[in-house]
Amino acid sequence: MQLSEHDIALQRLFAENRELIEKDAAPEVNAAREGAMEAFSKLGIPSSKVEAYKYTNLQAWFKAGYTQAYGLNGATSEALKQFECNVHELDSYTLFTVNGKFVAGSNVEALPDGVEAGSFAELSKKHPELLKRYYGSLAKVEEDGFVALNTLFATDGIFIYVPKGKVVEKPIQVVNVLTGEQDLMVNQRNLIVVEEQAQARVLFCDHTMSMSRFVVNTVTEGHVAESAMLDFYNLQNQHNGTVQVGAYHFDQETRSLLNANYFTLHTGVARNNIFSRLGGPHAENHISGLYVIDKNQHVDNFSFINHAVPDCESNELFKGVMDDASTGAFTGRIFVAPDAQRTNAYQSNNNLLLTENAKMNTRPQLEIYADDVKCSHGATVGQLDEHAMFYLRARGISKEEANILLMYAFAYEVIEKIQVPALKEQIRELVEKRFRGELDKCDSCVVCGQLGTGRVKSE
Amino acid sequence: MLKIRNLHAKIEGKEILRGIDLDVKAGEIHAIMGPNGSGKSTLASVLAGNEAFEVVEGSVEFNGKDLLDLSPEDRAREGFFLSFQYPVEIPGVSMTNFMRTALNEQKKYRGEAPLSASDFLKLMRDRKQLVDIDSDLTNRSVNEGFSGGEKKKNEIFQMAMLDPKLAILDETDSGLDIDALRIVANGVNKLRRPDNATILITHYQRLLDHIVPDFVHVLYKGKIVKSAGKELAYELEKNGYDWIKKEME
Amino acid sequence: MASEQDKLLEEVTNREYQYGFHSDIEMDVLPKGLNEEVIREISRRKQEPEFLLEFRLEAYRNWLKMESPDWAHLKIPEIDFQDMIYYAAPKKKPQLNSMDEVDPELRATFDKLGIPLDEQKVLAGVAVDAIIDSVSVKTTFRETLAEKGIIFCSFSEAAREYPDLVKKYLGSVVPPGDNFFAALNSAVFSDGSFVFIPKGVRCPMELSSYFRINTMNTGQFERTLIVAEDDSYVSYLEGCTAPMRDENQLHAAVVEIVTLDRAEVKYSTVQNWYPGNKEGKGGIYNFVTKRGICKGDYSKISWTQVETGSAITWKYPSCVLMGNNTVGEFYSVALTNNYQQADTGTKMIHLGKNTRSLIVSKGISAGKSQNSYRGLVKVSKKADNARNFSQCDSLLLGDKCGAHTFPYLEINNPSAKVEHEATTSKIGEDQIFYCNQRGIDTEDAVGLIVNGYVKEVINQLPMEFAVEAQKLLQISLEGSVG
Ligand SMILES: Nc1ncnc2c1ncn2[C@@H]1O[C@H](COP(=O)(O)OP(=O)(O)OP(=O)(O)O)[C@@H](O)[C@H]1O
Ligand SMILES: [Mg+2]
Repeated sequence: MQLSEHDIALQRLFAENRELIEKDAAPEVNAAREGAMEAFSKLGIPSSKVEAYKYTNLQAWFKAGYTQAYGLNGATSEALKQFECNVHELDSYTLFTVNGKFVAGSNVEALPDGVEAGSFAELSKKHPELLKRYYGSLAKVEEDGFVALNTLFATDGIFIYVPKGKVVEKPIQVVNVLTGEQDLMVNQRNLIVVEEQAQARVLFCDHTMSMSRFVVNTVTEGHVAESAMLDFYNLQNQHNGTVQVGAYHFDQETRSLLNANYFTLHTGVARNNIFSRLGGPHAENHISGLYVIDKNQHVDNFSFINHAVPDCESNELFKGVMDDASTGAFTGRIFVAPDAQRTNAYQSNNNLLLTENAKMNTRPQLEIYADDVKCSHGATVGQLDEHAMFYLRARGISKEEANILLMYAFAYEVIEKIQVPALKEQIRELVEKRFRGELDKCDSCVVCGQLGTGRVKSE
Repeated sequence: MLKIRNLHAKIEGKEILRGIDLDVKAGEIHAIMGPNGSGKSTLASVLAGNEAFEVVEGSVEFNGKDLLDLSPEDRAREGFFLSFQYPVEIPGVSMTNFMRTALNEQKKYRGEAPLSASDFLKLMRDRKQLVDIDSDLTNRSVNEGFSGGEKKKNEIFQMAMLDPKLAILDETDSGLDIDALRIVANGVNKLRRPDNATILITHYQRLLDHIVPDFVHVLYKGKIVKSAGKELAYELEKNGYDWIKKEME
Repeated sequence: MASEQDKLLEEVTNREYQYGFHSDIEMDVLPKGLNEEVIREISRRKQEPEFLLEFRLEAYRNWLKMESPDWAHLKIPEIDFQDMIYYAAPKKKPQLNSMDEVDPELRATFDKLGIPLDEQKVLAGVAVDAIIDSVSVKTTFRETLAEKGIIFCSFSEAAREYPDLVKKYLGSVVPPGDNFFAALNSAVFSDGSFVFIPKGVRCPMELSSYFRINTMNTGQFERTLIVAEDDSYVSYLEGCTAPMRDENQLHAAVVEIVTLDRAEVKYSTVQNWYPGNKEGKGGIYNFVTKRGICKGDYSKISWTQVETGSAITWKYPSCVLMGNNTVGEFYSVALTNNYQQADTGTKMIHLGKNTRSLIVSKGISAGKSQNSYRGLVKVSKKADNARNFSQCDSLLLGDKCGAHTFPYLEINNPSAKVEHEATTSKIGEDQIFYCNQRGIDTEDAVGLIVNGYVKEVINQLPMEFAVEAQKLLQISLEGSVG
């Protein structure tokens, strides 16, 4: 592959700032940059000619012209003072990052013994054995230019470690804030390790707090060990000047359970790369997503469910509502390895297009090399069910109201999957308000009830 | 109350209703019978305002208003109720939310204040008792996973909630077990008042044993070909439709 | 039970290909290799009009700049395009006036294939164009058809006798630079069939062409063009076989269909090229471009294919729904066994208003084969009220094969209703048990179930072909699945 001038500029940027980047990072993290450099020089930022990125061209955004967020870039944790994340009644341990840097935690001292949740930069040095074992083990630099880029620039992010047998009842909420006067590129790196029989719920809330442009490339690796459970939520609510590539690489061992849920309520351009490897028998996962977008927003959920061993089950459900001139994309590949017998894998992707300028591209895919399997996928693009519509109207409910009820009903199936009641209630309310138009669609912090910071003028 | 004159309706270019005339006055109960595919449900759908059907000719007056001129929701708010032959499942919309919305929109239309949450719940409870419906059903999504009989009971429950002036029950009796049939019939009878009316679409005399009609009509090939008192239903039950078809030829 | 099925599958693997004989027909052959001179020579031998030579050369120049596609789920060995013969024709003059003039060896070949060339013996109702190594050798029933103004002849003949029609439509659906294999075909195609149904005519019989690759090291590049004018109808069938050889042979055909207002074309294929032996040696590479355009309003194109042969199949019969209220259909059964690979499916491009498309694809994989469905449903911005439904099922017989589904849905209009469903599974043990309980043994049960599984597609075939297709599937699965 021929590198673009921007790729080359990014390489140069790294070379020039290497010292700064490596200063506070763990040796393993720095060691990984060598491979990342080589991989990036081969891959670069993928263009839409790369099959996996067919429906989202990110080359236009990932340029070296942005300031790299190596530190807080002028933003201080002061910024957080104005930020009170209040998912009603959500009793949680809370961690804050600003521009990819960990800045503060609240309530973390109350975490069960041995459970760690905090700065990736710090905790990765404290737990070299974990780092050695897991860092880069799932998100492989040679497989994706964005992973390579992240591995090249990564300095900080979130580290969560739940040792064997520990159960963290309350959700660990991570609030990722982007702020500051400058346009920024952020490469945040997160690691989640949930050991045998341990359980955790992790909630990532992604927000923007200032009107600058943000180009974000986050990589999260999550390990769910034998008989462990991880409940993972990502709520994306960023202004329309945000471009975010979020890679989430999970692997699961025997009898583990993973729930991963992605809610994109507002963004500029969002690309989620969701990988999950079912690596031990009787592992199970439920991966879902809801995207409700308008204006020129673009959301692309790309997922790869790898049934590497027999007797696992995966369920995938993504639903989207596209308004105005927004565009949605979905790719879901279910891969069943040779001999991964007795696999059950289900996937569906349903979409509503509300206007003549909205678009949806969807690619559900099955790649199956074992015979004793039950696999299915379905995809639909369409409008609200006219029979249901008539039924509601025949009971005296107006067309507008029926529309909202049915759109909400459409989204409901995904919202139902939320296992944290307070969060479910919050999302439920938000989504309904969103459909009613009662929320300013451009408020940047819908999820946490913050006042909007306005819109970034579109280019 | 209801005055249908020379009503013609088409779907996908096919004429299904071919000149219906029917008068229903307050306090009356009418039964419409007729072979499968004769257009009974079509008539009900057209009256309810289903846009899939195109009215090509004729008029319908409902309490002095031009029914065909109203949107489906306004027809409902004017007091027209259709118990669907095949009620739709709407996953994700709870029965409670659905009924509250429907009722309050009706109130708004009539310039009345919306019900308070507690009054609404009280009404729900009260109406549930009337039609003897399981609480469980009203906690679920609209019709989702309901059995055939449960769906029909749910239609009657909604009717009880919305208290219509004119109700058309499209084969609400089919799929019901004997107890449920009695419950549905009791519900209808209890809701019966001198100022409202009911049209029953049915294939069986057994419903008419419980709800005694003032008139029985036979719909055949999109026309009402015979109207008489309740004895007509017995005759149909005994002899089928052949003699009517013959008369028609 | 598992072991019993394994045994049965083992037997499948051992089936012989019954059309694998080779005929000694005297052939007129151009030397191996491809260059402009070869193309000029082909054109010269066929006494083609100038525009055709230009068409070929343009395609050839395009092709030189192109690369073999690599996006399919296929492992395609390197093909040496210089080590191949691009023109081979039976020596006896291809223009025949009666059956008596046909080379007896050739007649014997077609007799063996069960293809009715002799009009006296023909099952009433099928007109046949027989093509051997890319040259049309005999077209039956021409006179009967001509009475109605229908043209059904070899492509070369059409180029000579109806140059205006050919010039107007050739390349209008599959342009010479469309894709690597289509470009190659456009450069070197040697023959094929031409069908023209004039306004208002319903073709009174099925039209059919049989393809046979005979000569060693030959590529077969036939070209089919079907034009259906306003309010016309035709049903067209093609069947194909090849001798068993250890080398791979290339078949890169192009089929173009044009339908004008309210016209309907039904195109059915039973593809039974030599699939290679059970070790995966030999067999045909079947790289085919088939595309129809519903140009006129209310017109319809329906593809039905039963694909059981070829070592590698790369084929996506497609419909461009350009007129308003047009309909595209694709029905497919693809069966792969041993080391066969198939990557097949369709494209439905919705451009006009109120266009509808239906996709029914049934894959069956056995042995060590790989079987992929690949499809695109595209609804363009102007295509109001487009409807598509796709059902793509895969059945796995054995644990060493693969079944894959790669649909693409690209929707740019909010009034579209597009639904895609796919399932992959093996035959339900409960279904087999149910049959067993009714006294049907497992072998028959599997046969019954497979038959039921493909029925929706087989039903689309004209009667004679449906029987043949069912037989073919049965042969391919005999001993294991009825
Ligand atoms: N959506 C539709 N599209 C096409 N035809 C329809 C549609 N709905 C109804 N019809 C046709 O209209 C005719 C009348 O149907 P209708 O449902 O009104 O009959 P019915 O009298 O209610 O019969 P049943 O006793 O079986 O309920 C039938 O021939 C039916 O097939
Ligand atoms: Mg009916």
